[in-house]
Amino acid sequence: MKINISYFAILQDERGLPSEELETLAGTPSELYSELKNKHSLSLTKCKLKVAVNDEFTDWDSKLQEGDKVVFIPPVAGG
Amino acid sequence: MAKFRISSSTVDPEVLKKELFDPKAGGFVSFEGWVRNKNEGKDVTHLEYQAYYALAVKEGEKIIAEALEKFDVLDALVDHRVGDLQIGEIAVVVHVTSVHRGPAFDACEYIIDELKIRVPIWKKEHYTDGNTGWIECHECAKHAH
Repeated sequence: MKINISYFAILQDERGLPSEELETLAGTPSELYSELKNKHSLSLTKCKLKVAVNDEFTDWDSKLQEGDKVVFIPPVAGG
Repeated sequence: MAKFRISSSTVDPEVLKKELFDPKAGGFVSFEGWVRNKNEGKDVTHLEYQAYYALAVKEGEKIIAEALEKFDVLDALVDHRVGDLQIGEIAVVVHVTSVHRGPAFDACEYIIDELKIRVPIWKKEHYTDGNTGWIECHECAKHAH
């Protein structure tokens, strides 16, 4: 299934791009992050992140659907 | 127009303030976050803010709605910068109006505190030694995700 992923902040620096479309077998954001973390040696562990699917905060174990937009959210620092 | 905004160019608090003029308002409280030249002992040359625009606006609007619900205030507006910011520039503006001053102070503090821990906006510091670092706010570290 195809998933669109956007990267921000440290994840964008580590991945080296702001977004990508990925063909994956991952069924949940949790599985997807594990795949990406291994593949690109991302430094943040899952417990430091939140996840959004289609611009809504979501559970790590929610089911991903074809074409979903997934964003892993590093610790924020606005203000 | 949205009450939570993200701007890629200079924010003018006076212009925003005009949007809040209300004959019922007896108090106006404003917080401005400025870019400072030091953080945790390191000399900062400039900052870079990045936002996950769609979710940042959604979460920001939610925080403002909560503040309007919790406190006896008339209205509130937030404008947060993204992009490159120099020392002394305004990174964020929070404006609140109320009939009496007390709730406006409380609502203003609530909004900036929640913004810092909930809104997906990130800050990268550039240091005089050429290094850079994405910042994690202390409040966030305390709030386990």
